Amino acid sequence: MSDQVENKPQEQTRSLSESAPTASLPRLGMVAPLFEAVTTHGKIRLEDFKGNWLVLFSHPADFTPVCTTEFLAFAGIAPELRKRNVELLGLSIDSPSSHIAWVRNIKEKFGIDIPFPIVADSNKEVASLYGMVMPGESKTETSRCVFVIDPVGTVRAMIYYPLTTGRNTDEIIRLIDALQTTDKHGIATPANWKPGEKVIVPPPSTLEEADARMKEGFECSDWYFCKKSL
Amino acid sequence: MACVGSRGELTESARKMLAALKTPATPEDVATHTELPLFRVRGGLREMVEAGLVELKDGAYSPTELGRPCCLHKGKDLGISRR
Repeated sequence: MSDQVENKPQEQTRSLSESAPTASLPRLGMVAPLFEAVTTHGKIRLEDFKGNWLVLFSHPADFTPVCTTEFLAFAGIAPELRKRNVELLGLSIDSPSSHIAWVRNIKEKFGIDIPFPIVADSNKEVASLYGMVMPGESKTETSRCVFVIDPVGTVRAMIYYPLTTGRNTDEIIRLIDALQTTDKHGIATPANWKPGEKVIVPPPSTLEEADARMKEGFECSDWYFCKKSL
Repeated sequence: MACVGSRGELTESARKMLAALKTPATPEDVATHTELPLFRVRGGLREMVEAGLVELKDGAYSPTELGRPCCLHKGKDLGISRR
């Protein structure tokens, strides 16, 4: 993993508003912003996850109902994610003590262990770095953001949900499966794809390739739209 | 990783990691031996280096004199304070 990129735009923005440094928001395909943070499992750096996929997700606040349902759901998919070499890392603008109390409360009330660390981002450092606070919704809470970061530290997917709407954790597994399948086979995945279903062969970029494509034995609706089984 | 508890004692995870360092080992080796996630091992070893319990040489970690089982088992105060 390397240092943050996009320093130049940040500097340009700063000159417009000296008092409010603008966060360098992550972009797909760019290096994920590095951080070190206090978590329920001690101090963690982003680079500690090198070699693993990481799902970094934020929630608005501890001891709130929708977030509790989400944590139960994330805990539920943790074993499936671990099989896929994926770690989970939660985050909110709460203190370590609040996180600890909430995790213990979830265990007490729902009988579920939260197996992943949660960043106590009281000073909003990581939240600012990743653009997790949406001032139009709340200036004091992180929205429901998900960042999928690959084993070399590249941001591969981002999902943003509003405060009112709990996330679909099955979709997160599906997304991971799709990204990993793309990396392994050099293909794309169609809408609502699930493992085992046919995948999209990347469209040809030249006429010669387009002519050849129709003879390659793929299931083609047209030269640009071919599927295959893996 | 929180290898050192609030009273200056080593956590169970830290003891597991130290036990895995009988010979110099990489974080990957320690993760395999302890069955702890690799990210926790990396953070834990870093914390133990800062605490003077472990040292890093040529990419492999090994316990310092302070981190050797003989010292830890005496149960004495390690003199490590939590921030």
